Amino acid sequence: MKKYMSDLIVTANTPLNNQYFLLKLTSKETLPAMLPGQFVEVLIDDCSNVFLRRPLSVHFVDKTSNELWLLVQRIGKGTEKMSTWQAGQLVNVLYPLGNSFSVPEKQSSVLLIGGGVGVAPLLLLGDYLKNKAIVPVFLLGARSKSDLLMLEEFAKYGTVYTTTEDGTYGEKGFVTQHSILQQKFDKIYTCGPTPMMKAVAAYSLKNNISCEASLENTMACGIGVCLCCVQDTTDGHRCVCTDGPVFNIKDLKWQI
Amino acid sequence: MADLTTMLGSLQLKNPVMTASGTFGYGDEFADFIDIAAIGGIIVKGTTLHHREGNAYPRMAETASGMINAVGLQNKGVDYFIEHIYPKTSAIDTAVLVNVSGSTIDDYVATAEKIADLEHIPAIELNISCPNVKQGGMAFGTCAASAYEVVDAVRKVYPKHLMVKLSPNVTDITEIARAAEGAGADSVSLINTLLGMAINANTRKPVLSTVTGGLSGPCVKPIALRMVWQVSRAVSIPVVGLGGIMNATDAIEFFLAGATAIQIGTANFIDPTTTVKVIDGITSYLDANGYKSITDIIGKLEV
Ligand SMILES: Cc1cc2nc3c(=O)[nH]c(=O)nc-3n(C[C@H](O)[C@H](O)[C@H](O)COP(=O)(O)OP(=O)(O)OC[C@H]3O[C@@H](n4cnc5c(N)ncnc54)[C@H](O)[C@@H]3O)c2cc1C
Ligand SMILES: Cc1cc2nc3c(=O)[nH]c(=O)nc-3n(C[C@H](O)[C@H](O)[C@H](O)COP(=O)(O)O)c2cc1C
Ligand code: FES
Repeated sequence: MKKYMSDLIVTANTPLNNQYFLLKLTSKETLPAMLPGQFVEVLIDDCSNVFLRRPLSVHFVDKTSNELWLLVQRIGKGTEKMSTWQAGQLVNVLYPLGNSFSVPEKQSSVLLIGGGVGVAPLLLLGDYLKNKAIVPVFLLGARSKSDLLMLEEFAKYGTVYTTTEDGTYGEKGFVTQHSILQQKFDKIYTCGPTPMMKAVAAYSLKNNISCEASLENTMACGIGVCLCCVQDTTDGHRCVCTDGPVFNIKDLKWQI
Repeated sequence: MADLTTMLGSLQLKNPVMTASGTFGYGDEFADFIDIAAIGGIIVKGTTLHHREGNAYPRMAETASGMINAVGLQNKGVDYFIEHIYPKTSAIDTAVLVNVSGSTIDDYVATAEKIADLEHIPAIELNISCPNVKQGGMAFGTCAASAYEVVDAVRKVYPKHLMVKLSPNVTDITEIARAAEGAGADSVSLINTLLGMAINANTRKPVLSTVTGGLSGPCVKPIALRMVWQVSRAVSIPVVGLGGIMNATDAIEFFLAGATAIQIGTANFIDPTTTVKVIDGITSYLDANGYKSITDIIGKLEV
């Protein structure tokens, strides 16, 4: 897929709670197709302590308004700066990067499990599944009710189940303890904190369900040249930025 | 328009802007962003005799105006390069150089010998300065005697242009540069990364899997500039300058300090079009100041 570097324009930057915000960007040209699971590298050149670009998942592409959505957690200096960006600001972005979730060709029951800001890539995946007439089940986990994000948007593409660690919304506990897992699924997609994804991978292996996980790693280039972002796989070290971020869990050397 | 044609000894480049090894892949990764044939020279990823998996991760730490890497020369080995990558790099209409690394002198020699046979590789850059491997690498480049020994051994089997990449992790870099020149190097490139480290105070652990790693980016530029200036006065072979070059002004500073050509490394990660922007910027500078050729500014620092 052809990659682009261009200045996108902020159309809206909305706080979702005290930690998360939704950043919408547009382009003068029609945005190219972006696949679910792909990411972008955002330049934060108005912050003196941030040198490298920041990788962020494609949360959604709104074709009618020609907008790219990013769901961002304020975690450090770069994302802190991003949270202050105002409509009209120009932002230099490299996109779209990485591989994507493999969308099934035929009818199947699919479960999308997201935790924390890891829910980000699952919205666009929901959209792609809908185009294949597949109605997925979303299982979204967070620490507390206020950290469950974009639930109305997810509900447009499938049934949404939730867990919170403190029990303030949905079932109390971790995603892998949710009762929906009693059902049989053909395919599981997951993105979130590594311990959560490992638990999901263990569940998938035990129940013989094909599972794809979207991983993170420290990145410098995002385009496969620096080799800083490798993941141990059955085929040796592979770059998360080009061979991933999505991996089939059977290819990972995870201790689970 | 000023003439950018550059002669590194007998090696002709269409302009003095090259890419630094390990930061530009094999070139085609940048083809979506720029015309890679417009670059003066592409130096591909560090290549060793045998396949190397590289170090464990995390391999990268961001620092103030730079980064520390601990990649550890991950590559598929020289035979894989010749069979699978060389056919593609041969099609690029510019000079493509291979960065050669090794753990022993025999490794360096065997790798250089194989690459000598490749028609479309006009030169190698001998990496005697990688800080990220346990054996060899930087060890050769931090002592004049061992630098001489490895360059001399490779010189005997490699007839084309031999560029030797120097480590800044030394007391006196001019000593190593002179040793390389004495052993028959056609040019020297400097600097490789500076040994550094990063600590996570919250976990009280090192950030990198290898504890220490190689520092690069704009934070190293003043050191690189100083070393290029010192080395260019100590040797008579051409000097290729690199370390923290982000734009054309940075590049021009290196020419003034005595570099005949320059390389762009970490900047490729921030802006994949940096190389062509630097080429355009050098032309504008030369034209605006009435210079006819890039050679008019090399070593023209007014002290
Ligand atoms: C492929 C990919 C997709 C991503 N998608 C998203 C997304 O959609 N939304 C989102 O909010 N984030 C996403 N991230 C993570 C995001 O890139 C980081 O949170 C961001 O780079 C932090 O930058 P910062 O300057 O704010 O933090 P820094 O100031 O660099 O770091 C602050 C603190 O956060 C820690 N930290 C930094 N990066 C990470 C990380 N990746 N994971 C955990 N801790 C980290 C640091 O160790 C440090 O302690 C993604 C990462 C990758 C690799
Ligand atoms: C991720 C990374 C990988 C590198 N790999 C190599 C390598 O394989 N061989 C080599 O000689 N230098 C390697 N280097 C060093 C660079 O080529 C260059 O000498 C150094 O980064 C300083 O230049 P810069 O500040 O412009 O990046 C690497 C640097 C980085 C950042
Ligand atoms: S981030 Fe550079 S290779 Fe993946």
